[in-house]
Amino acid sequence: MPSGGSVRLMDAATIRKALSRIAHEILEKNKSLDDLALVGIQTRGVPLARRIALSLGAMERQVPPTGILDINLYRDDLSRIGYHPVVRRTEVPFDLEGKKIVLVDDVLYTGRTIRAALAALVDLGRPERIQLAVLVDRGHRELPIRADFVGKNVPTADSDRVEVRLTETDGEDEVVLLAPSHRADRPGGGTR
Amino acid sequence: MKLRSRHLLGIASLEPDEIALILDTAEGFAEVSTREIKKVPTLRGRTVVNFFVEPSTRTRSSFELAEKRLSADSLNFSATASSFVKGETLLDTARNLEAMAPDYIVLRHSEAGAPHFLALHCRSSIVNAGDGAHEHPTQALLDAFTMRQRKGRLAGLRVAIVGDILHSRVARSNVLLLTRVGAEVTVCGPPTLLPKEMARLGCAVTHRIEEAIEGADVVMMLRVQLERMQSGFFPTLREYARLYGLDPRRLRLAAQDAIVMHPGPMNRGIEIMGEVADGGSSVILEQVTNGVAVRMAVLYLLAGGTESEAAA
Repeated sequence: MPSGGSVRLMDAATIRKALSRIAHEILEKNKSLDDLALVGIQTRGVPLARRIALSLGAMERQVPPTGILDINLYRDDLSRIGYHPVVRRTEVPFDLEGKKIVLVDDVLYTGRTIRAALAALVDLGRPERIQLAVLVDRGHRELPIRADFVGKNVPTADSDRVEVRLTETDGEDEVVLLAPSHRADRPGGGTR
Repeated sequence: MKLRSRHLLGIASLEPDEIALILDTAEGFAEVSTREIKKVPTLRGRTVVNFFVEPSTRTRSSFELAEKRLSADSLNFSATASSFVKGETLLDTARNLEAMAPDYIVLRHSEAGAPHFLALHCRSSIVNAGDGAHEHPTQALLDAFTMRQRKGRLAGLRVAIVGDILHSRVARSNVLLLTRVGAEVTVCGPPTLLPKEMARLGCAVTHRIEEAIEGADVVMMLRVQLERMQSGFFPTLREYARLYGLDPRRLRLAAQDAIVMHPGPMNRGIEIMGEVADGGSSVILEQVTNGVAVRMAVLYLLAGGTESEAAA
């Protein structure tokens, strides 16, 4: 499969370990799961949030609630990008008031998605605090944003692309780094 | 994917994949209206002129609410208050509006083709909010959205549209949309209000309401425009109600889980009886709710130029 300019950064086993470690860190930092909820950012943050919630459930016998956030209505680049991102559902089936929210996304890059997600979240309610968990932090931040829980830090060139593939959305679990010459353009995003 | 045009002039210029895109996008917007804070910043800083050269309350309110929930700035400009009475042409008025640099002009006009004319001369995105007896695309889109929400699909649905087909832009846009996505449409009305040419749009035509309704999944009743009676299209309201009104007995001919729709405002006791309008099959108020989500989707999708402009 991957050839030429592509490097496999994580496989199914390392993704599983990373998510399990994130779950432990979330529990350590928050002491308990009371008032804790996870919110996954569409598209690949959603299955990641569910997996972390299940890991937490296995440790504490209580699965924290999860929600889905679509950030496209909060983007700052609508007039700059040439296409319209498909607006998907936002489903946060719990009251955010007083909750500790762990926002979950696949790749942390410029930070703009997270900025949009924060704006979207506070429009839904006023959580007590918001933390950020990402599977991959690839650097190149354009905003003062950092993650609280990181699966893997990956030094990248700005022109690289990091693709996260998950069983739920792509049929398999892996994270791949694509150098500029190697462009596997897939519909539906997931590449940052 | 994007819409191919920066205007929404009618269903006639939409491809099936564009219709699906608008309906799918509207799903995401429907949720915004259920929040405590019913507003997203998506169209912050954009300006919309609601240019209504024909009275309308619900369509204008629906557009206005859609604009507000997307954080766009809107400005209402209506015929009665405008300079039309002073003899200014449509184009001159539009140019004056354009001088205020709006991003969209939502136009309701009594003449068919008025939005198409403006689209040729304006830089803004033109949204047709009803032009004469021609098209009312956002109404057909919200109707399709409601059908899809209730029935889970559009292809293969049996839809009966009953009433004054001749003067109805709602009927025309609905027939165009529904036949395009594979629904089976039957239009029905008195011979004076049902042009035979409708069959060319790919729908069945009948003058008997029982025939239209039998087995239908969706029964859409159109408003009787009372002023038509004076022009001799039908003799009396009572006769119309007897021959073409939807009552519980006739509704029983439709599929068991059929839904009843009406674009409003309805004449109770004429085209639709109170028991039906308020009954369990009626989705008339859902149509109004969905109208806001569909119009939000349209404004969102028209924002920011076309595919070709983006490539340049």
